[in-house]
Amino acid sequence: MAEAVIEFRDVSYHLSDGRAILRNLNLEVQRGEILVLLGRSGSGKTTALKLVNRLLGTPRGELLVDGRPSRDWDVIQLRRHIGYAIQDVGLFPHFTVESNIGLVPTIENWPKDKIAQRVANLIKLVGLKGDVASRYPHQLSGGQRQRVGVARALAADPPILLMDEPFGALDPLTRTDLQREFLSLQQKLAKTVLFVTHDLREAMLLGSRIALLEEGSLVSLSSRKDFLASPDPLVKKYVEAFGTVVELFGQRGTP
Amino acid sequence: MNFWHFVAQNKFEISDLTVEHLTMVGISTLLAVAVGIPLGILITRRPSLQKPVIAAANIVQTIPSLALFGFLLPAPWIGDRAGRLAVLALTLYALLPLIRNTYTGIQGVDRAVVEAARGMGLTDWQLLYKVELPLAASVILAGVRVAIVISIGLATIAAAIGAGGLGELIFRGLAMVNNDVILAGAIPAALMALAADTFLGWLEKRLAPPRAA
Repeated sequence: MAEAVIEFRDVSYHLSDGRAILRNLNLEVQRGEILVLLGRSGSGKTTALKLVNRLLGTPRGELLVDGRPSRDWDVIQLRRHIGYAIQDVGLFPHFTVESNIGLVPTIENWPKDKIAQRVANLIKLVGLKGDVASRYPHQLSGGQRQRVGVARALAADPPILLMDEPFGALDPLTRTDLQREFLSLQQKLAKTVLFVTHDLREAMLLGSRIALLEEGSLVSLSSRKDFLASPDPLVKKYVEAFGTVVELFGQRGTP
Repeated sequence: MNFWHFVAQNKFEISDLTVEHLTMVGISTLLAVAVGIPLGILITRRPSLQKPVIAAANIVQTIPSLALFGFLLPAPWIGDRAGRLAVLALTLYALLPLIRNTYTGIQGVDRAVVEAARGMGLTDWQLLYKVELPLAASVILAGVRVAIVISIGLATIAAAIGAGGLGELIFRGLAMVNNDVILAGAIPAALMALAADTFLGWLEKRLAPPRAA
């Protein structure tokens, strides 16, 4: 029986000037799935994501995390319950890789040896070599930085991950590597993931389900398998823009 | 009587005045740091206060120093002693570079870094002392450096209200039309400013966050 970990119930979000960024969004993210929010710039996908960990103001409607309204959570507890990875990574330039990954465990007062062990495990888990631990972010390549970003998001073992185009700034080869590795990582860890992208290929590769947003409204929500067959004109436009169905579907093989 | 002769004859007075000068600058800088940095942080958190605070600090900066000493004279307790008055005036002048650089330094921290920190669940306080202040440290220190160099120069004028310091020699030299006496006050003040500038400049570089080569 599927269990909703994140639930948007009629969620709307307006800027202070009254402009609607999200309109009546209804969406459930099930435990252990990767739900992809697909949409072009300005579609409201990032806004939807940032409402979950309350980086934006309070929306209208109800947003539940683990069955509890997000506004009832202590905001710090809520955020530590949720891993967060973004396109610009935002590694702390004055911390080593090790300290970047270990920051949340450190402020949660884990014992030192447990942190060291956890960091070493995570570095291996995201496909980095142990010798990066003592380096600073500016000494890493873009792909390495993003791996560190993912490791940092996983540090305190949060059950939920929010990812905002985490692989968007990488070259196509590195991006594909990271996408595949993330997929197999996710199969191991079974996190609940809300993943934002504008890239249909990425959505098709990673998503268990795909939610298409346009101008703040949910246009289509379906499993990866059914998405391409959707009669919705916007979906068709997307598919046209990204190439043939076969080519896209072939990336991950049969589901 | 040449310059070196004057210095040799008055070395105790010159060193006393130098210490007095340093004390005024030191105390006023500490006070300005204690007020200016928190104010700079405050206006990054309350954007509506940013304009009025910076404007107020700017206005203080435009008041001619002699006039400011005069304005502060009637103030209770402060006005009783010239030394206090000088320290207060120097503190007020040092505020602008401190407030402005603290604000600029924190605003200049990469938005993605701040967003990631918030998203990870750092509290406001943790964000400030683990991320923003360390990353803004070199910019804030540049403000301290400017403040100190300004103060060392301005403190010479404090002698006009009898607060002592190396300005004593400068004003005396002016009255006596004796360049050697003026230099005996001006040179140590200049050296002090140079030394402070060099040391803080070095420290600023040390504290700059690592960047891509």
